[in-house]
Amino acid sequence: MAFTHLHELIKVAKERNMTIGEVMMEMEKEQTGRSEREIFNQMERQFEVMEEAVRKGIQEPVMSRSGITGGDAYRVYEYIKQGNTFIHPQTLQTMAYALSVSEVNAGMGRIVATPTAGSAGILPGVLVYALDTGRYSRDTIILSLMTAAALGLVIANSASISGAAGGCQAEVGSATAMAAGALVEIGGGTPEQVGHAVGLALKNSLGLVCDPVGGLVEVPCIVRNGLHAITALAAADMALAGVKSIIPPDEVIQVMHEVGTEMPASLRETGIGGLAGTPTGKALREKVFNKSKG
Amino acid sequence: MKYTSMFEIIGPIMVGPSSSHTAGAVRIGNIARQILDECPTKVTFQLMGSFAETYQGHGTDLALLAGILGMTTASNDVPISDQIASEMGVEYSFTKANAGMHHPNTVRIEATGPTRSVKLLASSLGGGKAEVQELDDLPVKFTGEKPTLILYHTDQKGFLAKISHILNTQGYNIARLTLERWKKGELAITVCEVDEILRDEIIQMIKASIPFLKDVKLVQTI
Repeated sequence: MAFTHLHELIKVAKERNMTIGEVMMEMEKEQTGRSEREIFNQMERQFEVMEEAVRKGIQEPVMSRSGITGGDAYRVYEYIKQGNTFIHPQTLQTMAYALSVSEVNAGMGRIVATPTAGSAGILPGVLVYALDTGRYSRDTIILSLMTAAALGLVIANSASISGAAGGCQAEVGSATAMAAGALVEIGGGTPEQVGHAVGLALKNSLGLVCDPVGGLVEVPCIVRNGLHAITALAAADMALAGVKSIIPPDEVIQVMHEVGTEMPASLRETGIGGLAGTPTGKALREKVFNKSKG
Repeated sequence: MKYTSMFEIIGPIMVGPSSSHTAGAVRIGNIARQILDECPTKVTFQLMGSFAETYQGHGTDLALLAGILGMTTASNDVPISDQIASEMGVEYSFTKANAGMHHPNTVRIEATGPTRSVKLLASSLGGGKAEVQELDDLPVKFTGEKPTLILYHTDQKGFLAKISHILNTQGYNIARLTLERWKKGELAITVCEVDEILRDEIIQMIKASIPFLKDVKLVQTI
Protein backbone atom coordinates (compact mmCIF):
# COMPACT_ATOMS: atom_id res chain seq x y z
CA MET A 1 0.00 0.00 0.00
CA ALA A 2 1.20 3.49 -0.81
CA PHE A 3 0.26 6.67 1.03
CA THR A 4 -0.82 8.61 -2.03
CA HIS A 5 -4.61 8.61 -2.02
CA LEU A 6 -7.18 8.84 0.74
CA HIS A 7 -9.61 6.53 -1.01
CA GLU A 8 -7.00 3.75 -0.99
CA LEU A 9 -6.28 4.29 2.70
CA ILE A 10 -10.01 4.24 3.47
CA LYS A 11 -10.48 1.09 1.41
CA VAL A 12 -7.72 -0.74 3.30
CA ALA A 13 -9.18 0.33 6.64
CA LYS A 14 -12.61 -0.98 5.68
CA GLU A 15 -11.28 -4.25 4.25
CA ARG A 16 -9.28 -4.94 7.40
CA ASN A 17 -12.00 -3.63 9.69
CA MET A 18 -9.43 -1.29 11.28
CA THR A 19 -9.24 2.39 12.02
CA ILE A 20 -6.92 4.46 9.86
CA GLY A 21 -4.64 4.91 12.86
CA GLU A 22 -4.40 1.13 13.23
CA VAL A 23 -3.61 0.76 9.53
CA MET A 24 -0.83 3.33 9.95
CA MET A 25 0.61 1.33 12.85
CA GLU A 26 0.56 -1.88 10.78
CA MET A 27 2.27 -0.14 7.86
CA GLU A 28 4.93 1.35 10.12
CA LYS A 29 5.68 -2.07 11.64
CA GLU A 30 5.85 -3.66 8.22
CA GLN A 31 8.05 -0.95 6.76
CA THR A 32 10.53 -0.52 9.61
CA GLY A 33 10.56 -3.92 11.26
CA ARG A 34 10.11 -2.21 14.61
CA SER A 35 7.77 -3.51 17.28
CA GLU A 36 4.39 -2.00 18.04
CA ARG A 37 5.54 -1.10 21.56
CA GLU A 38 8.63 0.68 20.23
CA ILE A 39 6.66 2.69 17.69
CA PHE A 40 3.96 3.56 20.21
CA ASN A 41 6.57 4.70 22.74
CA GLN A 42 8.19 7.04 20.24
CA MET A 43 4.85 8.63 19.39
CA GLU A 44 4.07 8.86 23.10
CA ARG A 45 7.33 10.73 23.71
CA GLN A 46 6.39 13.19 21.01
CA PHE A 47 2.95 13.69 22.53
CA GLU A 48 4.62 14.43 25.88
CA VAL A 49 6.62 17.24 24.25
CA MET A 50 3.42 18.53 22.63
CA GLU A 51 1.63 18.55 25.97
CA GLU A 52 4.54 20.33 27.69
CA ALA A 53 4.35 23.10 25.10
CA VAL A 54 0.57 23.35 25.52
CA ARG A 55 0.81 23.70 29.31
CA LYS A 56 3.68 26.18 29.20
CA GLY A 57 2.15 29.09 27.33
CA ILE A 58 -1.17 29.13 29.18
CA GLN A 59 0.41 29.19 32.64
CA GLU A 60 2.57 32.23 31.95
CA PRO A 61 3.06 34.52 28.96
CA VAL A 62 5.71 33.20 26.54
CA MET A 63 7.41 35.89 24.46
CA SER A 64 8.92 35.33 21.03
CA ARG A 65 12.58 35.68 20.21
CA SER A 66 11.93 38.88 18.27
CA GLY A 67 9.63 40.42 20.86
CA ILE A 68 6.92 41.09 18.25
CA THR A 69 4.53 38.50 19.63
CA GLY A 70 3.79 36.57 22.77
CA GLY A 71 1.41 36.12 25.66
CA ASP A 72 -1.71 35.59 23.55
CA ALA A 73 -2.28 32.01 24.72
CA TYR A 74 -2.22 33.33 28.27
CA ARG A 75 -4.59 36.18 27.37
CA VAL A 76 -7.13 33.83 25.81
CA TYR A 77 -6.85 31.38 28.69
CA GLU A 78 -7.46 34.12 31.29
CA TYR A 79 -10.32 35.51 29.21
CA ILE A 80 -12.02 32.10 29.18
CA LYS A 81 -12.18 32.19 32.96
CA GLN A 82 -14.40 35.27 32.82
CA GLY A 83 -17.14 32.99 31.52
CA ASN A 84 -18.47 35.40 28.93
CA THR A 85 -17.17 33.98 25.64
CA PHE A 86 -19.08 33.49 22.39
CA ILE A 87 -17.51 30.09 21.80
CA HIS A 88 -18.16 27.56 24.55
CA PRO A 89 -15.39 28.07 27.17
CA GLN A 90 -14.16 24.50 27.08
CA THR A 91 -13.99 24.54 23.29
CA LEU A 92 -12.15 27.85 23.34
CA GLN A 93 -9.40 26.20 25.37
CA THR A 94 -8.38 24.54 22.14
CA MET A 95 -7.50 27.96 20.74
CA ALA A 96 -5.40 28.81 23.79
CA TYR A 97 -3.65 25.45 23.60
CA ALA A 98 -2.78 25.87 19.92
CA LEU A 99 -1.58 29.44 20.48
CA SER A 100 0.57 28.20 23.36
CA VAL A 101 2.49 25.67 21.28
CA SER A 102 3.02 28.20 18.51
CA GLU A 103 4.32 30.78 20.97
CA VAL A 104 6.71 28.26 22.51
CA ASN A 105 7.87 27.58 18.97
CA ALA A 106 8.43 31.28 18.29
CA GLY A 107 10.38 31.52 21.53
CA MET A 108 12.75 28.87 20.17
CA GLY A 109 11.39 26.38 22.66
CA ARG A 110 10.83 22.66 22.13
CA ILE A 111 7.90 21.50 20.03
CA VAL A 112 7.10 18.70 17.60
CA ALA A 113 6.98 19.50 13.89
CA THR A 114 3.37 18.64 12.94
CA PRO A 115 3.75 18.40 10.05
CA THR A 116 5.97 21.52 10.30
CA ALA A 117 6.91 23.86 13.12
CA GLY A 118 4.83 26.63 11.57
CA SER A 119 1.70 24.52 12.03
CA ALA A 120 2.82 22.75 15.20
CA GLY A 121 0.06 24.15 17.43
CA ILE A 122 -3.03 22.76 15.77
CA LEU A 123 -2.84 19.03 16.40
CA PRO A 124 -1.56 19.37 20.01
CA GLY A 125 -4.21 22.03 20.57
CA VAL A 126 -7.14 19.81 19.65
CA LEU A 127 -5.74 16.56 21.05
CA VAL A 128 -4.73 17.89 24.46
CA TYR A 129 -8.18 19.47 24.61
CA ALA A 130 -9.74 16.09 23.75
CA LEU A 131 -7.62 14.50 26.48
CA ASP A 132 -8.67 17.15 28.98
CA THR A 133 -12.36 16.42 28.37
CA GLY A 134 -11.74 13.14 30.18
CA ARG A 135 -13.78 11.29 27.58
CA TYR A 136 -10.85 9.56 25.88
CA SER A 137 -7.89 7.57 27.17
CA ARG A 138 -4.35 8.76 26.61
CA ASP A 139 -3.70 5.71 24.43
CA THR A 140 -6.65 6.64 22.22
CA ILE A 141 -5.19 10.11 21.77
CA ILE A 142 -1.75 8.76 20.91
CA LEU A 143 -3.22 6.34 18.37
CA SER A 144 -5.06 9.28 16.80
CA LEU A 145 -1.68 10.88 16.17
CA MET A 146 -1.08 7.93 13.87
CA THR A 147 -4.35 8.65 12.11
CA ALA A 148 -3.17 12.21 11.62
CA ALA A 149 0.20 10.95 10.36
CA ALA A 150 -1.43 8.70 7.76
CA LEU A 151 -3.51 11.60 6.47
CA GLY A 152 -0.43 13.81 6.46
CA LEU A 153 1.50 11.24 4.44
CA VAL A 154 -1.18 11.28 1.74
CA ILE A 155 -1.13 15.08 1.62
CA ALA A 156 2.67 15.25 1.64
CA ASN A 157 3.00 12.73 -1.18
CA SER A 158 0.20 14.13 -3.33
CA ALA A 159 0.65 17.82 -2.64
CA SER A 160 2.97 19.40 -0.09
CA ILE A 161 3.45 20.18 3.59
CA SER A 162 5.93 22.97 2.94
CA GLY A 163 4.98 26.65 3.06
CA ALA A 164 7.86 27.46 0.71
CA ALA A 165 6.50 25.03 -1.87
CA GLY A 166 2.74 25.32 -1.39
CA GLY A 167 1.90 28.28 0.81
CA CYS A 168 0.25 28.24 4.25
CA GLN A 169 -2.52 25.99 2.93
CA ALA A 170 0.17 23.29 2.76
CA GLU A 171 1.23 23.83 6.37
CA VAL A 172 -1.60 25.14 8.51
CA GLY A 173 -4.14 23.76 6.03
CA SER A 174 -2.57 20.30 6.13
CA ALA A 175 -2.30 20.32 9.92
CA THR A 176 -5.95 21.34 10.23
CA ALA A 177 -7.04 18.54 7.91
CA MET A 178 -4.91 16.03 9.84
CA ALA A 179 -6.40 17.24 13.14
CA ALA A 180 -9.98 17.12 11.85
CA GLY A 181 -9.51 13.55 10.61
CA ALA A 182 -7.90 12.45 13.87
CA LEU A 183 -10.79 13.92 15.86
CA VAL A 184 -13.34 12.06 13.74
CA GLU A 185 -11.59 8.79 14.48
CA ILE A 186 -11.48 9.61 18.21
CA GLY A 187 -15.17 10.44 17.99
CA GLY A 188 -15.92 7.01 16.55
CA GLY A 189 -16.47 8.11 12.96
CA THR A 190 -16.02 5.85 9.94
CA PRO A 191 -12.98 5.93 7.64
CA GLU A 192 -15.14 7.71 5.04
CA GLN A 193 -16.07 10.36 7.59
CA VAL A 194 -12.38 10.81 8.37
CA GLY A 195 -11.84 11.44 4.66
CA HIS A 196 -14.67 13.96 4.50
CA ALA A 197 -13.29 15.83 7.51
CA VAL A 198 -10.02 16.19 5.60
CA GLY A 199 -11.84 17.48 2.52
CA LEU A 200 -13.99 19.90 4.53
CA ALA A 201 -11.05 21.28 6.50
CA LEU A 202 -8.86 21.73 3.42
CA LYS A 203 -11.64 23.50 1.54
CA ASN A 204 -11.55 26.11 4.27
CA SER A 205 -7.85 26.83 3.79
CA LEU A 206 -7.39 26.59 0.02
CA GLY A 207 -5.42 29.54 -1.28
CA LEU A 208 -3.94 30.43 2.11
CA VAL A 209 -0.60 32.06 1.33
CA CYS A 210 2.57 31.90 3.40
CA ASP A 211 3.38 35.55 4.09
CA PRO A 212 5.31 35.70 7.37
CA VAL A 213 6.13 39.23 8.53
CA GLY A 214 9.89 39.58 8.55
CA GLY A 215 10.04 35.96 7.52
CA LEU A 216 9.38 34.98 11.13
CA VAL A 217 7.05 32.18 12.19
CA GLU A 218 4.97 34.65 14.20
CA VAL A 219 2.70 37.05 12.29
CA PRO A 220 0.29 35.74 11.08
CA CYS A 221 1.41 32.14 11.84
CA ILE A 222 0.65 32.02 15.55
CA VAL A 223 -2.86 33.45 15.21
CA ARG A 224 -3.59 31.10 12.31
CA ASN A 225 -2.75 28.14 14.52
CA GLY A 226 -5.21 29.33 17.14
CA LEU A 227 -8.02 29.98 14.68
CA HIS A 228 -7.51 26.84 12.61
CA ALA A 229 -7.57 24.64 15.71
CA ILE A 230 -11.20 25.74 16.06
CA THR A 231 -11.70 24.99 12.35
CA ALA A 232 -10.41 21.45 12.93
CA LEU A 233 -13.00 20.89 15.68
CA ALA A 234 -15.72 22.34 13.46
CA ALA A 235 -14.77 20.21 10.46
CA ALA A 236 -14.70 17.07 12.61
CA ASP A 237 -18.17 17.76 14.02
CA MET A 238 -19.45 18.57 10.55
CA ALA A 239 -18.20 15.24 9.24
CA LEU A 240 -19.54 13.31 12.24
CA ALA A 241 -22.90 14.99 11.68
CA GLY A 242 -22.92 13.37 8.26
CA VAL A 243 -21.89 16.33 6.12
CA LYS A 244 -19.84 15.20 3.14
CA SER A 245 -17.24 16.93 1.05
CA ILE A 246 -19.03 17.02 -2.32
CA ILE A 247 -15.70 17.38 -4.08
CA PRO A 248 -13.95 14.13 -3.07
CA PRO A 249 -11.14 14.68 -0.54
CA ASP A 250 -8.48 13.39 -2.95
CA GLU A 251 -9.58 15.95 -5.52
CA VAL A 252 -9.44 18.71 -2.91
CA ILE A 253 -5.87 17.68 -2.08
CA GLN A 254 -5.00 17.83 -5.78
CA VAL A 255 -6.48 21.32 -5.97
CA MET A 256 -4.29 22.38 -3.05
CA HIS A 257 -1.26 21.16 -5.01
CA GLU A 258 -2.34 23.06 -8.13
CA VAL A 259 -3.10 26.26 -6.23
CA GLY A 260 0.29 26.03 -4.53
CA THR A 261 2.02 25.66 -7.87
CA GLU A 262 0.24 28.74 -9.22
CA MET A 263 1.16 30.84 -6.19
CA PRO A 264 3.89 33.41 -6.87
CA ALA A 265 7.13 33.01 -4.92
CA SER A 266 6.45 36.24 -3.05
CA LEU A 267 3.56 34.48 -1.29
CA ARG A 268 5.41 31.27 -0.48
CA GLU A 269 7.40 31.91 2.69
CA THR A 270 9.83 34.45 1.25
CA GLY A 271 8.57 37.14 3.64
CA ILE A 272 7.99 39.52 0.72
CA GLY A 273 4.33 39.63 -0.34
CA GLY A 274 0.99 39.60 1.47
CA LEU A 275 1.03 40.67 5.11
CA ALA A 276 4.82 40.72 5.06
CA GLY A 277 4.65 43.38 2.35
CA THR A 278 2.32 45.77 4.20
CA PRO A 279 3.74 49.06 5.53
CA THR A 280 3.46 47.71 9.09
CA GLY A 281 4.94 44.37 8.10
CA LYS A 282 7.93 46.08 6.53
CA ALA A 283 8.35 48.40 9.52
CA LEU A 284 8.36 45.43 11.89
CA ARG A 285 10.93 43.68 9.75
CA GLU A 286 13.15 46.74 9.85
CA LYS A 287 12.74 46.97 13.59
CA VAL A 288 13.59 43.32 14.24
CA PHE A 289 16.59 43.11 11.96
CA ASN A 290 18.07 46.44 13.01
CA LYS A 291 17.81 45.28 16.61
CA SER A 292 19.43 41.93 15.82
CA LYS A 293 22.33 43.69 14.11
CA GLY A 294 22.77 46.20 16.91
CA MET B 1 7.48 7.77 -2.95
CA LYS B 2 8.86 10.57 -0.88
CA TYR B 3 7.26 10.04 2.54
CA THR B 4 6.54 6.67 4.13
CA SER B 5 6.86 6.91 7.90
CA MET B 6 4.52 8.42 10.48
CA PHE B 7 7.55 10.11 12.04
CA GLU B 8 8.19 12.08 8.87
CA ILE B 9 4.83 13.77 9.43
CA ILE B 10 4.69 13.90 13.22
CA GLY B 11 8.17 14.94 14.31
CA PRO B 12 10.95 15.70 14.80
CA ILE B 13 11.07 16.97 18.34
CA MET B 14 12.87 20.24 17.72
CA VAL B 15 13.70 23.70 18.87
CA GLY B 16 11.55 26.25 16.99
CA PRO B 17 10.64 28.30 15.11
CA SER B 18 10.61 26.55 11.71
CA SER B 19 10.82 22.92 10.65
CA SER B 20 12.18 23.86 7.24
CA HIS B 21 14.21 26.89 8.30
CA THR B 22 15.38 25.71 11.69
CA ALA B 23 15.14 21.93 12.12
CA GLY B 24 15.84 21.17 8.47
CA ALA B 25 18.76 23.58 8.59
CA VAL B 26 20.21 21.94 11.71
CA ARG B 27 19.96 18.61 9.92
CA ILE B 28 21.79 19.93 6.87
CA GLY B 29 24.53 21.46 8.99
CA ASN B 30 24.82 18.25 10.98
CA ILE B 31 25.21 16.15 7.83
CA ALA B 32 28.00 18.48 6.65
CA ARG B 33 29.69 18.10 10.03
CA GLN B 34 29.53 14.32 9.92
CA ILE B 35 31.09 14.25 6.47
CA LEU B 36 33.81 16.71 7.47
CA ASP B 37 34.37 14.49 10.50
CA GLU B 38 36.26 17.09 12.49
CA CYS B 39 35.55 20.44 14.08
CA PRO B 40 35.38 23.16 11.39
CA THR B 41 37.68 26.19 11.53
CA LYS B 42 35.98 28.07 8.71
CA VAL B 43 32.50 27.77 7.17
CA THR B 44 30.71 29.68 4.44
CA PHE B 45 26.96 29.34 3.98
CA GLN B 46 25.55 30.45 0.64
CA LEU B 47 21.78 30.76 1.09
CA MET B 48 19.20 30.56 -1.69
CA GLY B 49 15.53 31.37 -2.14
CA SER B 50 13.49 31.50 1.03
CA PHE B 51 16.58 30.68 3.11
CA ALA B 52 18.31 33.78 1.75
CA GLU B 53 15.34 36.04 2.40
CA THR B 54 14.50 34.98 5.95
CA TYR B 55 17.53 33.29 7.47
CA GLN B 56 18.07 35.74 10.28
CA GLY B 57 14.46 35.83 11.39
CA HIS B 58 13.97 32.07 11.45
CA GLY B 59 17.25 31.45 13.17
CA THR B 60 18.36 29.54 10.08
CA ASP B 61 21.80 31.02 10.60
CA LEU B 62 21.87 29.74 14.17
CA ALA B 63 20.48 26.39 13.02
CA LEU B 64 23.04 25.84 10.25
CA LEU B 65 25.81 26.84 12.66
CA ALA B 66 24.42 24.52 15.34
CA GLY B 67 24.42 21.62 12.91
CA ILE B 68 27.99 22.21 11.70
CA LEU B 69 29.01 22.30 15.38
CA GLY B 70 27.47 18.85 15.80
CA MET B 71 24.11 19.69 17.38
CA THR B 72 20.83 17.98 16.55
CA THR B 73 17.33 19.37 16.01
CA ALA B 74 16.38 18.84 19.65
CA SER B 75 19.48 20.52 21.14
CA ASN B 76 18.55 23.31 23.53
CA ASP B 77 21.77 25.14 22.56
CA VAL B 78 20.64 25.86 18.99
CA PRO B 79 19.59 29.43 19.93
CA ILE B 80 23.09 30.27 21.18
CA SER B 81 25.14 28.49 18.51
CA ASP B 82 26.70 31.80 17.42
CA GLN B 83 28.17 32.34 20.89
CA ILE B 84 29.46 28.78 20.99
CA ALA B 85 31.01 29.15 17.53
CA SER B 86 32.79 32.34 18.62
CA GLU B 87 34.09 30.68 21.78
CA MET B 88 35.43 27.82 19.67
CA GLY B 89 37.08 30.23 17.26
CA VAL B 90 35.05 29.05 14.28
CA GLU B 91 35.06 31.60 11.46
CA TYR B 92 31.76 31.73 9.53
CA SER B 93 29.85 33.86 7.03
CA PHE B 94 26.45 33.94 5.33
CA THR B 95 25.89 35.16 1.78
CA LYS B 96 22.96 35.10 -0.64
CA ALA B 97 22.71 33.48 -4.05
CA ASN B 98 20.01 32.87 -6.63
CA ALA B 99 18.06 29.64 -6.12
CA GLY B 100 17.72 28.94 -9.84
CA MET B 101 16.19 25.51 -10.31
CA HIS B 102 16.79 24.45 -6.72
CA HIS B 103 14.15 23.93 -4.05
CA PRO B 104 13.11 27.22 -2.40
CA ASN B 105 15.09 26.40 0.77
CA THR B 106 18.60 25.60 -0.37
CA VAL B 107 22.07 26.20 1.00
CA ARG B 108 25.58 25.59 -0.27
CA ILE B 109 28.03 24.87 2.56
CA GLU B 110 31.81 24.96 2.29
CA ALA B 111 33.44 23.84 5.51
CA THR B 112 37.15 23.56 6.27
CA GLY B 113 38.70 21.81 9.25
CA PRO B 114 42.31 21.30 10.41
CA THR B 115 42.95 18.51 7.92
CA ARG B 116 40.20 18.47 5.30
CA SER B 117 37.23 20.23 3.77
CA VAL B 118 33.78 19.46 2.42
CA LYS B 119 31.42 21.16 0.00
CA LEU B 120 27.74 20.31 -0.23
CA LEU B 121 24.47 21.63 -1.61
CA ALA B 122 21.30 20.68 0.24
CA SER B 123 17.65 21.62 0.52
CA SER B 124 15.26 21.66 3.45
CA LEU B 125 12.03 20.07 2.22
CA GLY B 126 9.68 20.88 5.11
CA GLY B 127 8.78 18.99 8.26
CA GLY B 128 12.44 18.85 9.28
CA LYS B 129 13.42 16.82 6.22
CA ALA B 130 16.57 17.57 4.26
CA GLU B 131 18.10 16.32 1.04
CA VAL B 132 21.72 16.59 -0.06
CA GLN B 133 21.94 17.16 -3.81
CA GLU B 134 25.60 17.90 -4.45
CA LEU B 135 28.69 16.71 -2.63
CA ASP B 136 32.08 18.12 -3.60
CA ASP B 137 30.46 19.24 -6.88
CA LEU B 138 29.15 15.79 -7.82
CA PRO B 139 25.38 15.14 -7.99
CA VAL B 140 24.15 12.92 -5.17
CA LYS B 141 20.82 12.33 -3.49
CA PHE B 142 20.46 11.30 0.13
CA THR B 143 18.59 12.51 3.19
CA GLY B 144 20.52 11.33 6.22
CA GLU B 145 17.38 9.55 7.41
CA LYS B 146 18.99 6.18 6.90
CA PRO B 147 22.54 5.42 8.03
CA THR B 148 24.68 6.45 5.07
CA LEU B 149 28.18 5.59 3.87
CA ILE B 150 30.03 8.15 1.73
CA LEU B 151 32.93 6.55 -0.14
CA TYR B 152 35.55 8.54 -2.03
CA HIS B 153 37.49 6.38 -4.48
CA THR B 154 38.75 6.03 -8.02
CA ASP B 155 36.38 4.60 -10.55
CA GLN B 156 37.52 1.00 -10.96
CA LYS B 157 35.98 -2.30 -11.96
CA GLY B 158 34.57 -4.34 -9.14
CA PHE B 159 34.26 -1.52 -6.61
CA LEU B 160 30.50 -1.79 -6.20
CA ALA B 161 30.70 -5.59 -6.04
CA LYS B 162 33.29 -5.38 -3.25
CA ILE B 163 31.25 -2.89 -1.25
CA SER B 164 28.08 -4.92 -1.64
CA HIS B 165 29.87 -8.06 -0.55
CA ILE B 166 31.37 -6.49 2.58
CA LEU B 167 28.07 -4.98 3.65
CA ASN B 168 26.18 -8.16 2.93
CA THR B 169 28.53 -10.34 4.98
CA GLN B 170 28.32 -7.87 7.86
CA GLY B 171 24.53 -8.06 7.93
CA TYR B 172 23.63 -4.76 6.29
CA ASN B 173 20.76 -4.38 3.85
CA ILE B 174 21.46 -1.81 1.15
CA ALA B 175 18.49 0.53 0.74
CA ARG B 176 19.99 2.73 -1.94
CA LEU B 177 23.34 2.80 -3.75
CA THR B 178 24.62 5.38 -6.25
CA LEU B 179 28.01 6.05 -7.81
CA GLU B 180 28.98 9.30 -9.50
CA ARG B 181 32.34 9.97 -11.12
CA TRP B 182 34.01 12.88 -12.84
CA LYS B 183 35.19 10.66 -15.71
CA LYS B 184 35.71 6.96 -16.29
CA GLY B 185 38.68 5.84 -14.21
CA GLU B 186 38.88 9.10 -12.27
CA LEU B 187 37.69 10.29 -8.86
CA ALA B 188 34.24 9.08 -7.80
CA ILE B 189 31.83 9.20 -4.88
CA THR B 190 29.58 6.32 -3.91
CA VAL B 191 26.67 6.99 -1.58
CA CYS B 192 25.25 3.94 0.14
CA GLU B 193 22.19 4.06 2.41
CA VAL B 194 21.53 1.04 4.62
CA ASP B 195 18.64 0.00 6.83
CA GLU B 196 20.66 -0.94 9.90
CA ILE B 197 22.62 1.32 12.27
CA LEU B 198 26.20 1.51 11.02
CA ARG B 199 28.91 0.29 13.37
CA ASP B 200 32.17 2.27 13.39
CA GLU B 201 34.33 -0.77 12.68
CA ILE B 202 32.77 -1.10 9.23
CA ILE B 203 34.99 1.78 8.10
CA GLN B 204 38.23 -0.02 8.95
CA MET B 205 36.89 -3.17 7.34
CA ILE B 206 36.12 -1.36 4.11
CA LYS B 207 39.45 0.48 4.07
CA ALA B 208 41.34 -2.76 4.62
CA SER B 209 39.53 -4.49 1.77
CA ILE B 210 39.75 -1.83 -0.92
CA PRO B 211 43.17 -0.31 -1.65
CA PHE B 212 41.98 2.35 -4.12
CA LEU B 213 39.56 3.78 -1.60
CA LYS B 214 40.55 7.32 -0.64
CA ASP B 215 38.19 7.95 2.24
CA VAL B 216 35.01 6.74 3.93
CA LYS B 217 32.57 8.81 5.97
CA LEU B 218 29.56 7.78 8.02
CA VAL B 219 26.44 9.90 8.20
CA GLN B 220 24.46 8.56 11.12
CA THR B 221 20.77 9.26 11.49
CA ILE B 222 20.08 12.17 13.81
